[in-house]
Amino acid sequence: MSSKNTLLEVRNLKTYFYTYRGVVKALEGVNLKLGYNEIMGLVGETGSGKSVTALSIMRLINPPGKILSGEIIFDGRDLLKLSKEEMREIRGKEISMIFQEPRAALNPVMRVGDQIAEAIETHEKLKKEELKNAVIDLLKKVGLPDPDRLINQYPHELSGGMAQRVVIAMAIAFKPKLLIADEPTSSLDVTIQAQILDLLEDLVSEMGSSVLFITHNLGVAAELCNKISVMYAGTVVESCDTYTIFDDPLHPYTVGLIKAVPKMGQRGELYVIEGELPDLVNPPPGCRFQPRCPKAMEICKRTPPKTIEIKPGHVVACHLYNEG
Amino acid sequence: MKLLESLSKRYKRFLEERRYQIEDMKLIFDLWKKSPLTMLGTVIVISLIFMAIFVPWFAPHDPLEQDVYNRLAPPSSEHLLGTDQLGRDILSRILYGSRISLVIAIIVVAIACSTGLILGLLSGYFGGVLDEIIMRVTDIFLAFPRLVLAMAFAAALGPSLLNTMIAIAVTSWPVYARLARASTMQIRNEFYIEAARSIGASDLRIMFRHVLPMILAPIVVQATLDMGGVILTAAGLGFIGLGAQPPTPEWGVMVSEGRYYLSSQWWVSTFPGLAILITVLGFNLLGDGLRDIFDVRMRR
Repeated sequence: MSSKNTLLEVRNLKTYFYTYRGVVKALEGVNLKLGYNEIMGLVGETGSGKSVTALSIMRLINPPGKILSGEIIFDGRDLLKLSKEEMREIRGKEISMIFQEPRAALNPVMRVGDQIAEAIETHEKLKKEELKNAVIDLLKKVGLPDPDRLINQYPHELSGGMAQRVVIAMAIAFKPKLLIADEPTSSLDVTIQAQILDLLEDLVSEMGSSVLFITHNLGVAAELCNKISVMYAGTVVESCDTYTIFDDPLHPYTVGLIKAVPKMGQRGELYVIEGELPDLVNPPPGCRFQPRCPKAMEICKRTPPKTIEIKPGHVVACHLYNEG
Repeated sequence: MKLLESLSKRYKRFLEERRYQIEDMKLIFDLWKKSPLTMLGTVIVISLIFMAIFVPWFAPHDPLEQDVYNRLAPPSSEHLLGTDQLGRDILSRILYGSRISLVIAIIVVAIACSTGLILGLLSGYFGGVLDEIIMRVTDIFLAFPRLVLAMAFAAALGPSLLNTMIAIAVTSWPVYARLARASTMQIRNEFYIEAARSIGASDLRIMFRHVLPMILAPIVVQATLDMGGVILTAAGLGFIGLGAQPPTPEWGVMVSEGRYYLSSQWWVSTFPGLAILITVLGFNLLGDGLRDIFDVRMRR
């Protein structure tokens, strides 16, 4: 089914966490489709399963978490069917990841140069001199000044923005086909955010990579992404191109989300979606958004909605649009 | 001239590159200077090591040389700490005994430490069934008093110095396994471990390059404290006849041999006993000091 220009297709992905409190159904049938050279924003509130989706694609879910079922077709292969070794080869080389807390993502007792070198070394054996040159090239590529000095520094000597550039350097070492960015700018201040986003945009267009950009900031997503998928409580409720999602959102959750974004010149109180995320151990039967949904119907309490394609490239999971 | 210049340039660059390590060393040295007990421990341990290495150059007598006309002689200028029941010079025997004790301690701790460290790393990193198996085995070992277990092993293997070391090593590794496991489990959940996995680093690489350096400090402290314990256990085995055998100048054996003469010729047992005491004390003081120095919470 997956067409030729699809790089990544996630179908019906289920990831559960087996905790003492019960089974946390973190992902309940996630569907995503990402083409080549596309930047897709994955938005949703905290706890909606954005990061779990990213980690599931990387197959980095640790016990007590487990990927239960589904398919993750990446470049024609189902990642969930690969052996551990094959998957390890893909990580860092074809898919790589950028993290939210850049300084926590760097080993505090390893020098910057050694850490970047490690990213290269794991996939390619190089001579010492070549390795050093490759590291310095990467540092230049992410716009860090004075790389010769930098390679001998420790992460705590770097600012947040610099650390994020180092993390990006590690991620792009092999020009990955897919870059997963898990809220890469959330912990940075606004001016640095803009710089990092610019850098990402430049690098991505230069490498021809696709990006899965996880964020809870709709403004950032609107600026950077061609496509946006909205997640709620472990499912993707709506997915389409960026323009349409702001112009003509279909799912009641998306509608609420966009209403809640403060606008220039706006007065009075901000719009809020009533209620809170459901407990994922005992999610409501039927549609997971139904208890908070202003347009809930009888059927929403009983059966979960199917994901249907309303228009080409515009997918929504809501009974309002389910036929019959 | 040019050589000198380039050397000084290199030295400056080295200082610049390593300035954090150098600062750290300075801090450690300051902390060390503040604690007289740690200094005492360090002095004892270092002099013990020197003693063990250089005994042949300054021991007054051969430790095995018997002088039957001079049996059980009290301390004198000829025999500073007296002689034992075969007329051997006790001071020389104690000096040579330091070699045995130190070698036992180093070998045993090296074996126990590396075994425990690797098992603990595996256990803490992978968790699950492997963790369960390794930890239950360590529980079994930890359920027995150390000396009793060592006695059982030594008795089963037959008394000899090598078997003593094996017996003590077998009883010492569980502590390291536990320590390593606990710290590994803490480090395993750090973001940079996940980041390392996300660039495709293998489990082995992560364990040895990222986890191991972070958990080393408590292990080093434990190893230092353990040195004293191992020496004590080895002396205990020697004392009850399951460790080193006479005429080896091992401290436990010497205490044991002198115990028949304790009421009249007290020096035969007392001096080797004191040697054990001082050595164990030295290692314990050093270990405690290291623990304080490595404990980041105590700094600043």
